[in-house]
Amino acid sequence: MPDLGIDVLFKGTNMLRLLQGLWVAMKISIVSILISMPLGILVGALMTVKNKVVKAIFRVYLEFIRIMPQLVLLFIVYFGSTRALGWNLSGEVASVIVFVLWGTAEMGDLVRGALISIPKHQYESSEALGLSKIQTYLYIIIPQTVRRLIPLSINLITRMIKTTSLVLMIGVVEMLKVAQQIIEANRMSSPNAAFGVFLVVFVLYFFACWPFSVLARVLEKKWN
Amino acid sequence: MKRKAWRNVLALALTGVLALGLTACGSSDSKTADAGSAAAADGKAVYRTLDEIKESGTINIGVFSDKNPFGYVDENGEYQGYDVYYARRLGEDLGVDVNFVSTEAANRIEYLQTGKVDVILANFTVTPERAEEVDFASPYMNVSLGVVSKDDNVITSLDNWNADDSIIVISGTTAETYLIANYPDIPLQKFDSYATAKEAFENGTSVAWANDNTEVIAFALQNEGYTVGIPSLGSADTIAPAVSKGNTTLLDWINDEIVALGEENFFHADYEATLADTYGLDYEDSLVVEGGKVNAQ
Repeated sequence: MPDLGIDVLFKGTNMLRLLQGLWVAMKISIVSILISMPLGILVGALMTVKNKVVKAIFRVYLEFIRIMPQLVLLFIVYFGSTRALGWNLSGEVASVIVFVLWGTAEMGDLVRGALISIPKHQYESSEALGLSKIQTYLYIIIPQTVRRLIPLSINLITRMIKTTSLVLMIGVVEMLKVAQQIIEANRMSSPNAAFGVFLVVFVLYFFACWPFSVLARVLEKKWN
Repeated sequence: MKRKAWRNVLALALTGVLALGLTACGSSDSKTADAGSAAAADGKAVYRTLDEIKESGTINIGVFSDKNPFGYVDENGEYQGYDVYYARRLGEDLGVDVNFVSTEAANRIEYLQTGKVDVILANFTVTPERAEEVDFASPYMNVSLGVVSKDDNVITSLDNWNADDSIIVISGTTAETYLIANYPDIPLQKFDSYATAKEAFENGTSVAWANDNTEVIAFALQNEGYTVGIPSLGSADTIAPAVSKGNTTLLDWINDEIVALGEENFFHADYEATLADTYGLDYEDSLVVEGGKVNAQ
């Protein structure tokens, strides 16, 4: 068994700090997910309207967010908002804003895709049954869309959790940053600690994302 | 009917956007209090003057949190290191608390330009390019490159290089750039990390290892059988505190402070408290800059 240097995690409060870092990452991602999922559904619905102006606006929004690397968005919101508007956002708030903008755009596109994948006859049949537009969405379209959305949005959610590793660039000390701090603080005494510490980080990220996969499986089973 | 549904969707969307906007603003307001009110858009100063910092009771100092032994976080979650020791003293002499901000090499300038920190003490090497973006105070440390080699084959000069030998460097460091520019004939063995470079060097892959002089000094000290044959190579640079461009009140105060600290040999004490374990006392006088005055060597 090679020396993985996991023992550095048991020095002082290192393990606790790593878990606190995980909590910071989870807080940012869960708040962002809770805000961006409903907003994304709304945006997705708006993306399917026939109005050209609305469509164009959301198209530009989606493409802008999708093309911009998240790191650039973080810098724009964190430093740019101070430069341009004089706001002094904290790193956490800036991260949540970026993740909400990003999550909403991606979720919107997923919802749009799910909506247009519902065959036209579903709409026509419900109209023939005398359902109003709202009723059609509420009882016919949305339930079917949600089922199609589950695996896609789980994918997005886990990506959002993992992407929190970028927020260290705007001064938020999350799990990955704590891991780097621990490795560097012990660089001379245990140079191999990187393997052990990152192994633990990997396991922690896994257990952060795994419940969402389980939830998705449960939901899919329930609805079948 | 169709019209109405449309309006509903739109109203909902607007509420959503509004709510988002409100949460964003709300949280930013609550956070501005501790970070200060200096940042502004309309050509006003982004930085906080000396009086504003004193008034607020807290100075924001950007340090590295993962550069042992200059700025790092120990196993109890406390900031430590040469830069941090100095930062604590600055806060003490100003009569304010120090709020340490974890910075990265890539965002140090940005932090100062937006006034999100008042001072950067993050192993910040003075270069002409950086001096256009931020204001550097007097230096408190020297840096240059160094070359370490085995005791039985000490390399003291890079001239007349034997073309069969190579030098180990870590990719992306100043050592790599310097050797490529100044000694293009010397073959380099490049490694991505400190750990791999160390292993290769110990296994005798190359006759020498070039890196920041602090790094090679630390290596020779902790590993039997190695000597730093060239302790300073290339241009000698300095490390200095940096403040936002134009923040003269704070800059002048720091410069006066550094002179005052020089009288009590503060940076030597700092070195002995934080760096001596890693670099030993032999290099104290060549690494430390006291009172802001660099000795010509």
